[in-house]
Amino acid sequence: MTTQAPRFWRSIPQRYNLLGTHCNRCNEYFFPPRNLCPNCRRGAHLEEYTFKGTGTIVTYTTIYNATEEFERLTPYNLAIIQLDEGPKITGQIISCSEEVKIGMRVRPVFRILGKEGDRGIIYYGTKFAPLIEPSCLESAEGLLNSAKESD
Amino acid sequence: MVSGIVSYGVYIPRFRIRVDEIARVWGDGDDISEGLRVFEKSVPDLDEDAVTIAVEAARNAIHRGGVDPKRIGAIYAGSESHPYAVKPTGTIVGQAVCTSSSYTAADFEFACKAGTAAIQACLGLVTSNLIDLGLAIGSDVSQGAPGDMLEYTAAAGGAAYLIGSRDLAAEIEGFYSFTTDTPDFWRREGMPYPEHGGRFTGEPAYFKHVTNAARGLMERMGTEPKDYDYAVFHQPNGKFPVRVAKILGFSKKQIEPGLIVPMIGNTYSASCLIGLAATLDIARPGERIFVTSFGSGAGSDAFSIRVLDRIDDIRCNAPSVRDFIGNAKYLDYAMYAKHKGKLRI
Amino acid sequence: MRSVSIIGVGCTKFGERWDVSLRDMIAEAGVLAIEDAEIVGEQIDALYVGNMSGGRFIEQEHIGALIADCAGLSRLHVPSTRVEAACASGGLALRQGILSVASGYSDIVIAAGVEKMTDVSSGTAADALAAAADREWECFFGATFPALYAMMAKLHMRRYGTTHDQMAQVAVKNHHHACMNPIAQYHMEISIEDVNKSPMVADPLHVLDCSPISDGAAAVVLAPTDIARRFSDTPIKIVGSGQASDTLALHDRRDLTTLDATVHAGRAAFRQAGIEPRQVDVAEVHDCFTIAEILAIEDLGFVEKGQGGKATEEGLTALGGTLPINTSGGLKACGHPVGATGIKQAYEIALQLRGEAGKRQVDEVEVGLAHNVGGSGGTALVHIFTR
Repeated sequence: MTTQAPRFWRSIPQRYNLLGTHCNRCNEYFFPPRNLCPNCRRGAHLEEYTFKGTGTIVTYTTIYNATEEFERLTPYNLAIIQLDEGPKITGQIISCSEEVKIGMRVRPVFRILGKEGDRGIIYYGTKFAPLIEPSCLESAEGLLNSAKESD
Repeated sequence: MVSGIVSYGVYIPRFRIRVDEIARVWGDGDDISEGLRVFEKSVPDLDEDAVTIAVEAARNAIHRGGVDPKRIGAIYAGSESHPYAVKPTGTIVGQAVCTSSSYTAADFEFACKAGTAAIQACLGLVTSNLIDLGLAIGSDVSQGAPGDMLEYTAAAGGAAYLIGSRDLAAEIEGFYSFTTDTPDFWRREGMPYPEHGGRFTGEPAYFKHVTNAARGLMERMGTEPKDYDYAVFHQPNGKFPVRVAKILGFSKKQIEPGLIVPMIGNTYSASCLIGLAATLDIARPGERIFVTSFGSGAGSDAFSIRVLDRIDDIRCNAPSVRDFIGNAKYLDYAMYAKHKGKLRI
Repeated sequence: MRSVSIIGVGCTKFGERWDVSLRDMIAEAGVLAIEDAEIVGEQIDALYVGNMSGGRFIEQEHIGALIADCAGLSRLHVPSTRVEAACASGGLALRQGILSVASGYSDIVIAAGVEKMTDVSSGTAADALAAAADREWECFFGATFPALYAMMAKLHMRRYGTTHDQMAQVAVKNHHHACMNPIAQYHMEISIEDVNKSPMVADPLHVLDCSPISDGAAAVVLAPTDIARRFSDTPIKIVGSGQASDTLALHDRRDLTTLDATVHAGRAAFRQAGIEPRQVDVAEVHDCFTIAEILAIEDLGFVEKGQGGKATEEGLTALGGTLPINTSGGLKACGHPVGATGIKQAYEIALQLRGEAGKRQVDEVEVGLAHNVGGSGGTALVHIFTR
């Protein structure tokens, strides 16, 4: 079978951890990374930058009719997300309890992005989920209290 | 040298199917969930597998501990559902959690105890001062053939433990393993679903190995069940861990915080590690936890753990087991079959 | 720079042409255009053909040589060039032909476009079309073309209050126009309800919001304006040609409800022509999805930003309205064989300016415009024509 392993492997840092670039001269952030800054071009000072991955949904759709590779996943949500550092990216919003909305805050999650059939490699990478602020403090306190009560 | 748990993290997919729903499809009686003491089980999303679950659990562990991932010197990922037969899960996890490239890795398989075996391997490297931190993971998207008893319990989840010797949240005081060649449950190369020996998985397998490992450790440590505040046993269903606790002399109260199988099913390599995490979520410094895993084939690893002060500092930096259990979305059997790839397209 | 005119046009029937190949269609369209211009093969100096993806659709690259061969010009060794800009390939072929004649390098040039899309499954066709988006950073995550335009639609609805009924009206109107066009893929009136009830493709776009998969070819013959009357009694002058590019990926755009490439290509064409948008009498715009026509009439300056839906609802853009848009039926109902579309637009405008558009003829047409987009707006071409 034909594999796109080299093509995928090359972009693993971007796919897994949103490694982009930042121009030190104009202070613009780029994802996917740009090797030429469209503002400063050859005068740019580009450095690697790993995005936090949190952002806001700018627009979205739910896809019911996909290409063959994504048929198994329908219906699924696709969105353009503005990362907190500025750049906009396209990504899937995983199925979630809340209805996807413009303006919704999201965080990155690690998922399968695609597979080369049954025999080829598996493409892993980043999708997005609604940003849930840690509720642990409350729930842990609740559990501690209930544990104390049962003592 | 004192070594143990620097941090821990779990991940449980949010989808659930009720055992009654599976029973409805196969015409089994209403009493099946009562019989198994399992009421619902976790189901992975269409785009989740043992790797994605391992990554999420590992990221939660690193985040909870506030640990620099560059310190990690070993990654051992235990699973019986590694998505690749050849190509390690551990390297994907390493890349995804941003380790350096200076670490050793290997994938473990020992049915449901691959995760505790990974912890032991990390302990060896840490206590001998060969590495600073080890990342031990148990994660599974376990499979049960449609209509097989396993289908009622085979679930998905993961737990990751950072093993080190400083900034400990809990000390691992000792461990003991009991291992024999017992073919109670297996999956041959290339086969989609495991096979099992039915009731043969009980007495000669689960109970023999769990009790021998547990007694072996208590004998070695000079401890008794009453010396522990909590106990966690591997949870293939809701009955076995309760019965084995009784056999060994642990109370229901001791096992209750870590008994998560009724709500999420058997997460295989993650099963008793998620149970331990649920216990760490509520344990107070100074308390002791007794943990015994079981892996078919067969073996058990027993651990004696003492919770340290630092647990209170890190506990709330990542979602608790209860957070994951609470955030559930229910599927019917048709959607479950789609999620689990039981429908051939 | 020389002024350039169209001296002949030809277009095949668009649709699911099971019985013909790409080779058959390009020969048919070429012969129609040559006969219309009353020229012979020896007079042709160059060929330009727009074709998006022969490689994916019929596993055939090197379309330039192929069409010269199919056109019977191989023994004359006429230079033949295939150009590609996704769905704007046809418009780009037209522009390349114009540049060739305007520069003086060539006198008689054929600009053609062709696509044979039905030899592959609809899934493969959708994937081939998706290659016009950013393969690495859009398609890799499951983006499809309808999804990209759906995201533009969603934001347009939110910002400007555009409704799905207004979008559906684009489809209703263009189907109505297509009923009067013999070459159109669909001769079938539809209602807003039909659009709303058709299966969802990518929310809010339904099947009937989308242009179809089509086969077809079109060709025009170009000549310097000063000799155009030797060949044609009704030469059509190309008074403006604008082309612009933008980021490949939709997410990198300045504004997700504007196609800046259209704005810039339009401005360049209008400037060159010395014409204002309000002077345009008839236009073919790139309605690959219903929302795309709404965006196009705004970005070309025919209506204010945000007013495209309302203008459509009020009938401004229908035949009989103040600015009839897509009298051919547009991509939506005439069909969208991607490489051919840009040339078919010029064909339709030429017919309108010549007064040969039959039942769909617009009264007193002086100025026509054709607008062709590649991908989600990475390329746009605007051409302005007069009698």
